[in-house]
Amino acid sequence: MRLSADPTTDTVLKLVTVVVAMFAFVFVVMVPLYDVLCDALGINGKTSAQAYVAAPAAVDTERSVTVQFIATNNDNMPWEFRPQITSMAVHPGAANDTVFFAANPTMQRMVAQAIPSVSPARAAEYFHKTECFCFNQQPLEGRSDTLMPLQFIVDQDLPKDIKTITLSYTLFDVTDRVSERIASR
Amino acid sequence: MGDHHHGPAKGITRWLFTTNHKDIGTMYLWFSFAMFILGGTFAMIIRAELFQPGMQLVEPGFFNQMTTLHGLVMVFGAIMPSFVGLANWLIPMMIGAPDMALPRMNNWSFWILPPGFLMLASTLFMEGGAPAFGWTFYAPLSTTYAAPSVTFFIFAIHVLGASSIMGSINIIATVMNMRAPGMTYMKMPLFVWTWLITAFLLVAVMPVLAGAVTMMLMDIHFGTSFFSAAGGGDPVLFQHIFWFFGHPEVYIIILPAFGVVSQIIPAFSRKPLFGYASMVYATASIAFLSFIVWAHHMYTVGMPVAGELFFMYATMLIAVPTGVKVFNWITTMWRGALSFETPMLFCIGFLVLFTIGGFTGLMLSIAPADFQYHDTYFVVAHFHYVMVAGAVFSMTAAVYYWLPKWTGRMYNETMGKVHFWISFIGFNITFFPQHFVGLAGMPRRIPDYALQFADFNMMSSIGAFIYGASQILFLYNVLATIIAGKKVTDEKVWDGAEGLEWTVPTPAPYHTFEVPPKLDPAHAHG
Repeated sequence: MRLSADPTTDTVLKLVTVVVAMFAFVFVVMVPLYDVLCDALGINGKTSAQAYVAAPAAVDTERSVTVQFIATNNDNMPWEFRPQITSMAVHPGAANDTVFFAANPTMQRMVAQAIPSVSPARAAEYFHKTECFCFNQQPLEGRSDTLMPLQFIVDQDLPKDIKTITLSYTLFDVTDRVSERIASR
Repeated sequence: MGDHHHGPAKGITRWLFTTNHKDIGTMYLWFSFAMFILGGTFAMIIRAELFQPGMQLVEPGFFNQMTTLHGLVMVFGAIMPSFVGLANWLIPMMIGAPDMALPRMNNWSFWILPPGFLMLASTLFMEGGAPAFGWTFYAPLSTTYAAPSVTFFIFAIHVLGASSIMGSINIIATVMNMRAPGMTYMKMPLFVWTWLITAFLLVAVMPVLAGAVTMMLMDIHFGTSFFSAAGGGDPVLFQHIFWFFGHPEVYIIILPAFGVVSQIIPAFSRKPLFGYASMVYATASIAFLSFIVWAHHMYTVGMPVAGELFFMYATMLIAVPTGVKVFNWITTMWRGALSFETPMLFCIGFLVLFTIGGFTGLMLSIAPADFQYHDTYFVVAHFHYVMVAGAVFSMTAAVYYWLPKWTGRMYNETMGKVHFWISFIGFNITFFPQHFVGLAGMPRRIPDYALQFADFNMMSSIGAFIYGASQILFLYNVLATIIAGKKVTDEKVWDGAEGLEWTVPTPAPYHTFEVPPKLDPAHAHG
């Protein structure tokens, strides 16, 4: 296909098209593709951002897995944030409940967003949250506190060599940057 | 038509407004040498600080600014523009064209470079200092935790990216449309081939780099969250985008060097290049593979095992075409009538040291082993063997080889040989011990280190001062040649040199090949 009768102009126009296409490629292909791959493969310790719909399954009472909880504040986040229990033994297939405690010690209303990460990363796809405070932003008036619920199931197919799963939450201050993008998490 | 034959304009306007490929090539070469000295100065500060353990000369923050600027200036300011300069000088002369296809854009692509680097260097004097996050500028170091000067860094990257893209478009347009009649693709000198492929790599990945820094700009100033986990982004995404650019980038640096070596070794072996066609195909294979190996720079981010294996095997595959090239260069020398003038010495130095760098690269490609090597001085040693002994040595060889053609004067051969040996010895004293400290666990980019690394670091620093000082000899030799070198008038300065650039008078007149040359079949492959 010729874009111009002059061969040099033709070459230049084609190359400029490549340049523009590659610039666009970064934004419209690489970024979404990365998110899709991470979600689909459960890599990078990323867990699903949607609530898991539990399929009825047998509880494997023979096996016990330790689940540890870690809570961290990002940067200058002033909230108090910690799990109510730091560790629990669970059977794969069984639904478990726990709560995290959060308190806003400042005088202003703030909005927080917790971002989960599972370690080892291989366990991420076998760790299902049926209910999680991380699915939504958490607004909190100044000088108030709350208990945030978490309900999860460890999959029966969890590889046998994984005996301990660590679920870590990092709490971000999103008061200034509330957007739809965050709401979807 | 008379004004087609005028000489260069007088005074500063000659350089500001020139559209002549030789003038622009000269400016690129001098600019890149200035940047080489600047980046070298930063390296000297780094090595002076590391001469002994403990904090000696500079603050840790400033040390980080030095490692960052050293990398950025050397990669984007010294090596890349130097090869663009070489391309400007040589490609039209090698393919029998009167000039580049887009001479005005050529002027522009050079002249936006100095302001770009001025902008980058000016960050040193800003509040918070220059960028201090390493030349790879990983987020969030380069976003959340960066000094305010990072915005200047981002625009500097945009500017020099634009310059590279314009330069590449020009080179592709020239090679595709302006070859002399009869100069088919498979008759082009290998330097032209490697640059054509390099230019395609640049056109493909410089926009990716521009995209990465644009995302950083948006994260910093416009509230997006591409690389911020708080807003649903991911810092690891930055590394993927960066290295999707970054791996082809290292071949952008080395492929023109391969081209130079493929011109010079046959000349001083007095034999045609062995395996011309396989050289072309090997270059193209390396370029293709460069797009599918980027994640070998980030084995430790927590990829699935299948991913690690894919990137490991794909990376190892690159050793095959590279091995073909090294084999061909050695076979070209085999039973040749060898002579060892300075350009040939630098090429042989390149061949030996680049191969060592290639082998350490192969070691680093092994995913399970890389967990120990990652971010240690072993990596620093590896990439200096391929960047300095690879790209810079071949560039030095090119300057010695073509300088008589450019200036009509011969450089001082004894001084050239002394320059080579001091460079070769200084380089190895600098970087060979870094393999050992790296394997023993010394991390890169730190201003202080444990006592057991002291001896090797002192050796490294002494070697660096020797290598740095040898460049002053190089500068002196080049200046002395231009001012008062012995005059040469033979069109073919070197008796074994082949190619169209050796058919024009010496020194090369301001305008060459205004009438396309008749191609002598003996000159095929240059």
